[in-house]
Amino acid sequence: MSGKKSDFVKFEQVDKSYDGKELVVKGLDLDIAEGEFLTLLGPSGSGKTTTLMMLAGFETPTNGEIYFDGNPINNIPPHKRGIGMVFQNYALFPHLSVFENLAFPLKVRKIDKAEIEERINKTLKMVSLTGFENRMPAQLSGGQQQRVAVARALVFDPKLVLMDEPLGALDKNLRESMQYELKHIHETLGVTVVYVTHDQGEALTMSNRIAVFNDGKVQQLSGPNELYETPVNSFVASFIGENNTFTGTVKELASGTAKVETNTGEIIIANPIAVSSAGEKSRISLRPERVNINPTEQIENRFEAEIKEIIYHGDHTRVRVNLLGNDDFILKVPNASSNSKLNLGDKVNLGWSSQDCRALDY
Amino acid sequence: MSAEIRTSDGELLSVKLRKVERRRRTTAFLLAAPLLFFIVFAYVIPIFQMLGRSIDNVQMNEFLSETHVIMQTWDGTEMPGEDVTSTFFYELKGLVEEKNHGKIATRLNYEKGGFTSLIKKTARKLKDFDENENFLDQFIDVHKKWGDVEYWLALKRGTDAYHFRKYLTTFDYEQKFDGSIERIPEKKRINVTLWLRTIFVAAGVTFCCFLLAYPISHLLSVLPTRYSNLLMICVLLPFWTSLLVRTSSWMVLLQKQGVLNDTLVSLGIVADEGRLELMYNMTGTFIAMTQILLPFMVLPLYSVMKTIPPSLMRAATSMGATPFLAFRKIYFPLTYAGISAGSILVFVLSIGYYITPALVGGAKGTLISNRIAYHMQQSLDWSLATAMAAVLLIAVLIVYWLYNKIVGIDNMRLG
Repeated sequence: MSGKKSDFVKFEQVDKSYDGKELVVKGLDLDIAEGEFLTLLGPSGSGKTTTLMMLAGFETPTNGEIYFDGNPINNIPPHKRGIGMVFQNYALFPHLSVFENLAFPLKVRKIDKAEIEERINKTLKMVSLTGFENRMPAQLSGGQQQRVAVARALVFDPKLVLMDEPLGALDKNLRESMQYELKHIHETLGVTVVYVTHDQGEALTMSNRIAVFNDGKVQQLSGPNELYETPVNSFVASFIGENNTFTGTVKELASGTAKVETNTGEIIIANPIAVSSAGEKSRISLRPERVNINPTEQIENRFEAEIKEIIYHGDHTRVRVNLLGNDDFILKVPNASSNSKLNLGDKVNLGWSSQDCRALDY
Repeated sequence: MSAEIRTSDGELLSVKLRKVERRRRTTAFLLAAPLLFFIVFAYVIPIFQMLGRSIDNVQMNEFLSETHVIMQTWDGTEMPGEDVTSTFFYELKGLVEEKNHGKIATRLNYEKGGFTSLIKKTARKLKDFDENENFLDQFIDVHKKWGDVEYWLALKRGTDAYHFRKYLTTFDYEQKFDGSIERIPEKKRINVTLWLRTIFVAAGVTFCCFLLAYPISHLLSVLPTRYSNLLMICVLLPFWTSLLVRTSSWMVLLQKQGVLNDTLVSLGIVADEGRLELMYNMTGTFIAMTQILLPFMVLPLYSVMKTIPPSLMRAATSMGATPFLAFRKIYFPLTYAGISAGSILVFVLSIGYYITPALVGGAKGTLISNRIAYHMQQSLDWSLATAMAAVLLIAVLIVYWLYNKIVGIDNMRLG
């Protein structure tokens, strides 16, 4: 990515409050690189949509400054920002045909007729909607409306495209295929995309980087795999993917390992991520697929558990066990023939490495 | 061909379905029946009866039936013969005995002025007639108007059972006795002026309502519910007070010594002797009608605007349109259905508006409905009143028909 700016969009200490009492976005610092697909992920009310709306210009920051391509844009109205946007419910103009919808941003820019037609044809081809020019939005399926909305946000060649939960209204299968399609469009055009969603699967599939929002702050900003494998705090660990937790107190903190005593008195050897001293309370996070059943090799943590529930899930089986007083400890067991011997009430040995179990904030 | 499907009790499924369907239709009809009968007997039938009066002259035809028959043989170029005059004499005599001659006098007076006194005078002198003498000469002796052939022509066409001359009068035309149709003398023309004024006021009130209602409807549609409910109550407040009360309050506000003028004078904007004429003219009619009809514009506009998602305007601006352009190209076109529904409601209501122009309109602000009322109550020319009402009704139906053609009546929603 030579010659591309790493701070194409820059949020600098941005605060936003609607009522003057509560900050919806708190001291946000965020750099978005040119050409990247960045997802703002978080539960509702976490400030991610507000952040997007401030970037689009529909909300003004209470404090701080937003830069777009090096220029402060706080005082630039939305129609002068030249940022494309895809809305949650598509926001297609119901009284205009697909062609007229796409022509709208071009006509506003006073582009001549022949070029408008050429650009629309090119864009419709990209979203595989050639031949739908004269349809009205109401005559299109949800997926097709979605594509028109994407096409309309791209047709005027904006350098930045914002997407506000654009796939939220689609059914599951369509949503998944649209995710790949959006990803491919992004790769082909190299346009910078800022995408808002509360669906982590969507975020993990499409993004170069993900900013996890909670409580008006970015909790973690990193690529999809780091986010899943190495969450920096309990919120991210529990929000992204499935997660088993133990709470306990740090007994000993040595280089690279922490001994944590659980509430039931056992000692778990963990990877200290967000603990700094002995005596601190900590929440230990462990991914279900990182747990070995009846491990044969030497492993740091090894405990006995009782199988409480077995749920068949097709490609894998979820096994709920009681482990160290935690009745909701989940295991994901691939459905290979060697694993079919599990029975309700059985006692099994579970083991995991200290690297995979992360001692996070309480 | 599919095999016949039977229900468990052996009946044909199609027959059974039809039975159920029929029962359901009967129930539905019975539920609607009270309203249907009410509308037919209290609304449709009276309307058509009234409308019939605009062409109905059957009573006259019956009072003077023999005269009418015999007059058909008279060509009307010169004075009628004895057959006509004698028949008329005997029938008139009968009417006088039954004291019905007043009715024909009024009716005949519509055909030709002066008939009232003519018939009354003749009726008094009828007993002095010598049945063996020439009747025409004796009629002329009673009153010289009988020597004018036009009175006899008026008598001839005044006894037709049906005629459409009231519709000509509605538009300030008249039919001469030779059958030609001409405009009435300029000094007597009033109806066309009133029609034009009615249309002008209706269109103007519609436009004013549109101008005032558009922003408030938009506000209603974007405000959070608890504020918009309060605002909606304010908009609907006029519905809760009697029309008469509202109009009277406008009189209090608008008259020369009224609240508005007093305020303007005390603020020094208007001199005491230069108080504004806000009432008993078109201004008064305009102001009061606009206020009273405003909800009929707000409701359909609001119901349409509520369905326009705010993201559309945002989408338009994100694509580079200025807020004004986004409004003109996106928001405004989407409100056409509301504008047209509101406009037709206000227009149709104001075209037949009566109380407000009657009270605040004065002579310069009266509308066609006031003229209809005048003919119903004062001049008692019900035929003319109903002819005008029929024209008004047809005008309204045409407006509805056009609306349905262009916009579709289904688009009219009130909430």
